[in-house]
Amino acid sequence: MLITCPYCGPRDLAEFAYQGDGNRTRPDPASMDQDAWNAYVYDRHNPAGAHHEFWQHSGGCRAHLAVTRDTLTHAITSVAFARELGHRRSLRRDRPERGG
Amino acid sequence: MSPRRTPTGGRIDRSRSIRFRFDGADCTGHPGDTLASALLAAGVIQFGRSFKYHRPRGVLAAGIEEPNALVTVLEGDVREPNIPATRIEIFDGLTATSQNRFPSLALDVGALGQLGGGLLSAGFYYKTFMGPAVGPLKGTAVWMWCERFIRRAAGLGRAGTAPDPARYERMNAFCDVLVVGSGPAGLMAARAAAASGARVILAELEPRFGGSTSFSGETIDGMPAHDWAASVVDDLRGRANVRLLPRTTVWGYYDGNLLAAVERVAGRRPDARREAPRHRHWVISAARVVLATGAMERPLVFPGNDRPGVMLASAAERYAAEYGVLCGERIVVFTNNDSAYRAAAALGRAGAVIGAIVDLRQEISAAARALAGATGAELLPAHAVVATNGARSLAGIELQRFDAAAKMLSGDRRPLQADCLLVSGGWSPTIQLAAQAGGRAEWDMALQAFLPPQQAEGWIGAGAVIGKFDTQAALAGGLQAGNAAAGPAVDGSVPPAVDAVALDPRPAAILEIPAPGKAFVDFQHDVTAEDIRIAHREGFFSAEHLKRYTTLGMATDQGKTSNVAGLAIMADLLGRTIPETGTTRFRPPFAPVSLGALAAERYGDVRPERLTPMHDWHVSNGATMYAAGLWQRPMVYALSGESVEQAYVREARTTRERAGIVDVSTLGKIAVQGPDAADFLDRVYTNVLSTLPVGKARYGLMLREDGMVLDDGTAWRLAADDFLVTTTTANAGKVMQHLEYLLEIVWPELRVGLTSVTDQWAGAAIGGPRAREILGLCVEGTAVDGQALPFMGIVHGEIAGAPVMICRLSFSGEMAFEVYCGAGHGTHVWDALVAAGKDFGLVPYGLEALGTMRIEKGHVTGAEIDGRTTARDLHLDWLLSKKKPFVGSMMMDREGLVRADRLQLVGVVSLDGTALAGGAHIVEQLDVKTPRRSIGHLTAACYSPALGRHIGLALVKGGKARHGTRAFLSDPLRRRFGPVEIVSHHFYDPEGRRMHG
Repeated sequence: MLITCPYCGPRDLAEFAYQGDGNRTRPDPASMDQDAWNAYVYDRHNPAGAHHEFWQHSGGCRAHLAVTRDTLTHAITSVAFARELGHRRSLRRDRPERGG
Repeated sequence: MSPRRTPTGGRIDRSRSIRFRFDGADCTGHPGDTLASALLAAGVIQFGRSFKYHRPRGVLAAGIEEPNALVTVLEGDVREPNIPATRIEIFDGLTATSQNRFPSLALDVGALGQLGGGLLSAGFYYKTFMGPAVGPLKGTAVWMWCERFIRRAAGLGRAGTAPDPARYERMNAFCDVLVVGSGPAGLMAARAAAASGARVILAELEPRFGGSTSFSGETIDGMPAHDWAASVVDDLRGRANVRLLPRTTVWGYYDGNLLAAVERVAGRRPDARREAPRHRHWVISAARVVLATGAMERPLVFPGNDRPGVMLASAAERYAAEYGVLCGERIVVFTNNDSAYRAAAALGRAGAVIGAIVDLRQEISAAARALAGATGAELLPAHAVVATNGARSLAGIELQRFDAAAKMLSGDRRPLQADCLLVSGGWSPTIQLAAQAGGRAEWDMALQAFLPPQQAEGWIGAGAVIGKFDTQAALAGGLQAGNAAAGPAVDGSVPPAVDAVALDPRPAAILEIPAPGKAFVDFQHDVTAEDIRIAHREGFFSAEHLKRYTTLGMATDQGKTSNVAGLAIMADLLGRTIPETGTTRFRPPFAPVSLGALAAERYGDVRPERLTPMHDWHVSNGATMYAAGLWQRPMVYALSGESVEQAYVREARTTRERAGIVDVSTLGKIAVQGPDAADFLDRVYTNVLSTLPVGKARYGLMLREDGMVLDDGTAWRLAADDFLVTTTTANAGKVMQHLEYLLEIVWPELRVGLTSVTDQWAGAAIGGPRAREILGLCVEGTAVDGQALPFMGIVHGEIAGAPVMICRLSFSGEMAFEVYCGAGHGTHVWDALVAAGKDFGLVPYGLEALGTMRIEKGHVTGAEIDGRTTARDLHLDWLLSKKKPFVGSMMMDREGLVRADRLQLVGVVSLDGTALAGGAHIVEQLDVKTPRRSIGHLTAACYSPALGRHIGLALVKGGKARHGTRAFLSDPLRRRFGPVEIVSHHFYDPEGRRMHG
């Protein structure tokens, strides 16, 4: 399996470390919602098909990558820097909720 | 009568002889022979004994699918067992032995096991070892005893124990088109792809390219098929863009069109050069793959079908054409399809008498009749073989009329003389690689065969593997596949013309003859048709259950000749079709692969070694080095005559009395820098770091998200936005990855940079009552007194001209300082410290003394931070801030993590002087014979020079409440037992007076 690192190009699987399910969102650090924390720590998506997951190029540039991989075929359909996705998410988080 | 070499014919070099040994006897053969063909030529009929019943077995096939004729190849003390004789090219000096017989092939005492055959029926493994439920033989003890003998009787060859001196190597290759198989389809595909300029690899598992052209007797492009094949191979060999790999078995098809193959370079072949590797492991990354893997003939299932002398029709055809070996003088053919007629005709031409052709079908095609007529054989449509006779090998068979539609036998048995029975149950495409690539095999009703799954993007099939059995179709398919695989450039040529008898590829849908007697399905694992009936009776219907219950297809041949027949019988019993019954999944490897090839040059201890900057100093100053993870660290610096224990006791004692120095360069060091560094550290440490003044360090603890302790260490604030974080040696990588994950994925908005600086800093910890005086002697540019360098203070200065950073912190419990300098100055600074300490009695100390002093102080390390302990378990709850959230703060107080009866850190003191050891259990009641329930375990132990006793740290249930109570050490593995007292883990100087000075 090859993963195309946006920095380093297509590299062998052996250079990467799996860093888990990419669908989880960590609760706000101050959150006291125990169920949300339990879900974050223990619940994992386990789809037969496209799966969002994190991989770290630990044997290369060490960037964390957000990868979409088909768990049935190992076909990788997208790779992006996890940091950029995280930024988008944190921007969403910071945006004030619309009243309603 | 027995098999023999024909006076002419075959692709062997009759002008030269090769001498080899089989079962202690001298034999000869010719270059081009396999062990199987050479032994057949010598008249050998029996090649081995079977797996369970020790039945005599001959050779069934001519290629990789051979299930019976397994031998052990001996090279000095090195044994390579379970190699099909059909896969061994003979060479001068080859020594091979048959297997699974005692004392000899001809006379085998294990064959008596046949009398008790019922004992070894299907499900044997699951039923037999269950002891009676009641009575004196209750339980499994009796079977445990019997098992030893059963294990000796059953099985195949015996593996050797001598180290293998052969060399193996590993290659990576990249190509545009990988062609697997070099029959007509594969050669055509390779030539078409090569002509377009593509980089082509052609892999063939046999020593000779050409596949069926070697024995088909057909004509391609106006010349004998094998000449045509040779001309194509010559053309390919002349091209720079083609790599030919004979003797190369492609055994694995992985994601991303990565294929694994093993090439037999020097092992078991005649032209081996001494320096060549034995096997070469190929990892081939191919843009496209052409699978031209052909098909394998399968036998029929009828009583006595395993008697030596029964052989696949195509195998006999191959032995005659390729090796000039006739497998019998008077041959009977038994078939359910047309292909065996061609074999009969070929053997007739080679000089055998074809006594009869027994066909299960009523209707025989005109083409087949014509072939039969040419041999002069009696043609017996709608007949079946129901028995075979003969003492050691086949002497005759018995026939009955057979109604294929009703699957019924009728009429009297008719005996027929034969010394060789050729069988053909149709052909199974070699779909293993295609199936590995993904998808489910599809059953073709007409061909009575599994075809590869829907062709995927990565590969194209051509020839028999996709059910195109005739050569003309294979050539056309190969040409098309080669053109398609190589990309846009299309070779407009048409495939060469083939002159061959047109035969109907569709067999009758019958593989089993319903006659009484042992009829084998899987020859290699001795699975009979009756075993499949037992599995059915007992409810193991699905293909996967059938396989596991009967072990069908689980031998080294992976059911190449047996899977379809096994499924067909089960499907019949269930009244279902074969696809409804299912097929087992094919997984790599397609054929056995030597472990040596997979390991290649990577054997022994292949881990990289990490050396500290002061490594050479340690070695030249008498240190015994010890591998701690990847790091090489000094264990002790033993004086002459000192034992390890004497050495570490001296080192620890001297450090506490005067001073000691230890290399701590291995500690993980991470630079955490940026405007948000302090905020970040507050989030990941359990305690507050943002209040730490510049020039001070603080002990800190990190938890995992689930609330368990991750690591402990120190954080040094070098500037407002510049921290140096240390981790334990073992967890450096884990902590770095944890921090990187949080920073990139959870808090990307934090402006923090992380840099691993473990290798950039050399570190020495110098501790003991005289440590400050020693530093005072050699440090310049800063004072090191209590004012300038208070506890946890940091100063910058110079030692012997090299810039250093000194922090006053203590792991040993003594007044101690960690001195850091650039890695390149490590030995220089260390030398200066050692020189300054000379008059104060400074000693270097190693891991053992370090561990001793930390146990005396009750400090935790990786042995206690084992992923299952919480901060409270380790009495580190004073580090849990209540003022802020941190990683793990919401999870650490869950019900199960705060219970009073959790394993908690305690100290343990031996009361009778028994030496303690990590891993030993603590029990409340001592019972040496039957170890009692454990209440915990020792994590570390030592002899404490400070206390004069054997002490240890332990994790004990409700440990805190047990201080001052008695328990027992129970260490059955090391046979150590004795009374202990449970105490506080702070053994020595609990108030820390020594450290604070």
